[in-house]
Amino acid sequence: MLQNITSSGKKATRDGFGDGLFEVAQANPKVVALCADLIGSLKMEKFIEYCPERFFQVGIAEANMMGIAAGLATAGKIPYTGTFANFSTGRVYDQIRQSIAYSDKNVKICASHAGLTLGEDGATHQILEDIGLMKMLPGMTVINPCDYNQTKLATIAIANHEGPVYLRFGRPAWPMFTEGMPFEIGKALLMSEGSDVTIFATGHLVWEAVEAAKSLAEQGISVELINIHTIKPLDEAAVLASAAKTKAVVTAEEHNYLGGMGESIAGLLARKLPTPMEMVAVNDSFGESGEVPKLLEKYGLKAVNIENAVKAVLARK
Amino acid sequence: MADIQELKKIASQVRRDIIRMVHAPQSGHPGGSLGCVEFFTALYMGGVMNHNSNFNMDGKNEDVFILSNGHISPVWYSVLARSGYFPVAELATFRRLNSRLQGHPATHEHLPGIRVASGSLGQGLSVAIGMALSKKLDGDKHLMYVLTGDGELQEGQVWEAAMFAAHHKVDNLIVTVDWNGQQIDGPNEKVMSLGDLEGKWRSFGWDVMHNENGNDMQSVLDAFAAAKTKTGQGKPVVVLMKTEMGYGVDYMVGTHDWHGKAPNDALAEKALAQLEETLGDY
Repeated sequence: MLQNITSSGKKATRDGFGDGLFEVAQANPKVVALCADLIGSLKMEKFIEYCPERFFQVGIAEANMMGIAAGLATAGKIPYTGTFANFSTGRVYDQIRQSIAYSDKNVKICASHAGLTLGEDGATHQILEDIGLMKMLPGMTVINPCDYNQTKLATIAIANHEGPVYLRFGRPAWPMFTEGMPFEIGKALLMSEGSDVTIFATGHLVWEAVEAAKSLAEQGISVELINIHTIKPLDEAAVLASAAKTKAVVTAEEHNYLGGMGESIAGLLARKLPTPMEMVAVNDSFGESGEVPKLLEKYGLKAVNIENAVKAVLARK
Repeated sequence: MADIQELKKIASQVRRDIIRMVHAPQSGHPGGSLGCVEFFTALYMGGVMNHNSNFNMDGKNEDVFILSNGHISPVWYSVLARSGYFPVAELATFRRLNSRLQGHPATHEHLPGIRVASGSLGQGLSVAIGMALSKKLDGDKHLMYVLTGDGELQEGQVWEAAMFAAHHKVDNLIVTVDWNGQQIDGPNEKVMSLGDLEGKWRSFGWDVMHNENGNDMQSVLDAFAAAKTKTGQGKPVVVLMKTEMGYGVDYMVGTHDWHGKAPNDALAEKALAQLEETLGDY
């Protein structure tokens, strides 16, 4: 029920990573962690305190970090790398491509401060292309959880998934609303059933989609809200089933529309079930410095933008 | 473990394999491969490494080698095959469609002996450090060996890794630099000088050793033996190994012209005439 999805307070998704990493460290002695001079930002302190011998500070040298992680994985460890999303992807793309993805290494690339919600640091750090970069690599799993709890569950779940994973999360305190909801890699999470339109949302924008769906319900529009936390492999069956049911689709993500989740869904629907569709995403631009709510407003990623996209797609139905 | 005379015979056969491997598809890198024949033969067949040709990816409880300059794959493939990792006959598939012997080494096709893809340069040392750290965590006393090219040292990641290894006292690691002084566009000195190479490694905190003749089997064996005595003392070890690109084939030696070019029929025949068939061609 849509009305039952409420925020129980705010906490950053990166806190979910830190707490999940601490938990998985206790459960699995093969788990090791690396960081490129951003321990506090990635919330890795508890892991380091618990098992300092399993932590490797690599300094500001992300390319080397990816290679070392590949070596640790080769020897049977489960390495988690921690740095900002920009430095986890674009900066080290070739290292990930050759030493990790092509070499089938069981490395967990954990990336904080993704997207516009990094805020004031501006476009040098606000990567909006990372999902596209990572989903293009054969064999890479791409996960973009939506709140503290889901990030924690994802951080724990990826230890038991054999193969390279890109786990994307963010900086700001964000509403928590998925407590008690399950998390399974590759399985879309149905948050609310509806009949007029489906919203597929990922990451921070799931909360904006919840608010949009509630507002639309008051206007008599029934929204099916589906959380796509795993962008690759995409839960094609869930996407197709919902699109077949509502016959109208909106996607919402904190990423360039080129290369994002929306593009993956559009590609699937174009091949299997052509459906009217609108995308809420960044319109092929870089970000800029600013406060998070104002950034989301300027770049069209608020609940109101999702509402408008729903109305636009319903008009095309 | 083969004695020095046997190792020299093996080296001659490995050189034949290299010429034949690149000649058949008219593709590959004979120059650097020929220059590193003594290094690979000593490493795998001269008792330097304690390794298991019944391949395990994780390399636990054995010495492990990582090739960073992956383009010299022919010499590695030949020595792996001649060491029993996979059938020698498979060398005939090098660079062909559906082969496990990719142009540059890869794990994707599950070729025994390969633990990480290489070819895009500068990455192997980092990977070896990761495996070295894992050995330390597991209390495994075996060593990690790495080969890098000299031109490859122009990649920044190598120096990130060099700094890390010294800082974290990764002293179960022996890196060898194939210092033939050549790269694709010409001599290192002309393309991008490596400057004071010994001073660079030393200032990064490494124990620096020299092998002045990487194409002399005894010199290579001695260099490995000396390098081993330096492990376990809080510092990573690098051996600066002088080799000649194209060694063993008169018209290929000492020039970068044969870095990435295969000989035609006549030149292949000319090269093979200089290299004794000692173990039987594949």
